[in-house]
Amino acid sequence: MQRALPWIVPVVVLLLWQAASQFGLLRDQVMPAPTAVAEAFWRVARSGELLRDIEISTWRAFTGFAVGGGIGFALGMLNGLSGLSEKLTDSTLQMVRNIPHLALIPLVILWFGIGEEAKLFLVALGVFFPIYVNTLHGVRSVDRQLLEMGRAYGMSERAVFRRVVFPGALPSIFVGLRYGLGIMWLTLIVAETISASSGIGFMAMNAREFMMVDVVVVSILIYAALGKLADSVARLLERTCLAWNPVYAEA
Amino acid sequence: MNVSLLDPVKDAEIRVSSDGSSVSLCGVTKAFGRQTVLHGIDLDIPAGQFVAIVGRSGCGKSTLLRLLAGLDQPTDGRIEIDGQATGWRDSVRLMFQEPRLLPWQRVVANVEVGLSYARAAADRRRLAIEALAQVGLDSRATEWPSVLSGGQKQRVALARALVSRPRILAFDEPLGALDALTRIEMQALIEQVWQDKGFTAIVVTHDVTEAVALADRILLLDTGRVAMDVTVDLPRPRRRGDPQAAAVEGRVLDRLLGR
Repeated sequence: MQRALPWIVPVVVLLLWQAASQFGLLRDQVMPAPTAVAEAFWRVARSGELLRDIEISTWRAFTGFAVGGGIGFALGMLNGLSGLSEKLTDSTLQMVRNIPHLALIPLVILWFGIGEEAKLFLVALGVFFPIYVNTLHGVRSVDRQLLEMGRAYGMSERAVFRRVVFPGALPSIFVGLRYGLGIMWLTLIVAETISASSGIGFMAMNAREFMMVDVVVVSILIYAALGKLADSVARLLERTCLAWNPVYAEA
Repeated sequence: MNVSLLDPVKDAEIRVSSDGSSVSLCGVTKAFGRQTVLHGIDLDIPAGQFVAIVGRSGCGKSTLLRLLAGLDQPTDGRIEIDGQATGWRDSVRLMFQEPRLLPWQRVVANVEVGLSYARAAADRRRLAIEALAQVGLDSRATEWPSVLSGGQKQRVALARALVSRPRILAFDEPLGALDALTRIEMQALIEQVWQDKGFTAIVVTHDVTEAVALADRILLLDTGRVAMDVTVDLPRPRRRGDPQAAAVEGRVLDRLLGR
């Protein structure tokens, strides 16, 4: 009973939605019935179109994430460890951070057209900052006493990094990772909706041209599912890597 | 000032072991900016002696310990261990007031921190388990530090300090954060491992009772100078509330409080 409790509201909403469509309260052009959405899902899935679009969107998302997140992680580590590097780059990065990356879309289209580079660039830029900021914060907040202990026990600089700095920064890095994943999907949705010739966003915009509202709803749900999936994987990783931390241990 | 409170003939009984190292300080001065914390300390500690350093907050006792552990360098003067001015860092281990265990490493891996990474992994594991057994915690080897009590964490820190068989073990108020009963247990444990291993022990503490319970010799530090050097020649294990111990404690406290 306790476990069923969270599901009551969504199920009721779904039933009300179905009923509203059935009795003509919701027009199909505004919002098709859940059954119609399910049919549309089956249709695009069977044609192979859906899988192809999910594949290309996922590839874009994670390639952009790897590039932006990788650079953010490296710079965050570097600036956390080296005062010189931090003085040199941090204030510049903080200034750039205040530009909403989606505001660059017109410029990016001018630079790269509507090809893959434009989308990868936007995703990478969006993901860069949360990863950078949280990595830097993580490295800076590593317990000084543990660093001193490492040195007193004769650890080399490399050993101090591997055994003290990196694991100490990891909880904060994970915060950046999960935040970055959210921004990754958001950026991709916007970029694919504005300019693309493949991907889930393209599927939605294409369906809109033909007034296929059911397919539009399917695309939205697919985005939601992909976002949820990425977050769940990140959480699982977090629980595995941070098992030592009582905050994550109980689950 | 060198006061031997009891029969000087008995001083010969103070253990001098070959497993420890002798420490010799010659005119050691430490200044932070304009403030001089230690003023030309001259000190000889024979190998295997148990020395307690007491003093008020800010008297320089922790600074002295950090110099010995190689965490800081003296502004002036010389520190020699077994007559060597350099190359002794690995023979000194420091135990802090806090356990300072790595929370992301299991208990046994935390003890392995005390060993050189050059050793084989199986070797390291075996030595770490042995050290944990010495402090009575070998059954907790695979747990996270976060599930241990404060006293248990400090015992793991002791095992980490012991595992590399240091010739000098320095303690910076290691029991300051523990409750009274756990303190007494830890004191007994420290005394026991010191007797087993024969290292030179140097304990910084603000608790004179603790100093009298553990040490062969008490050094009182005042504004960066050795103000009193007392030999405590009482049989071990020392009983709490022993009148002779109380007499020594009274003397040191009087000097400490300026009475």
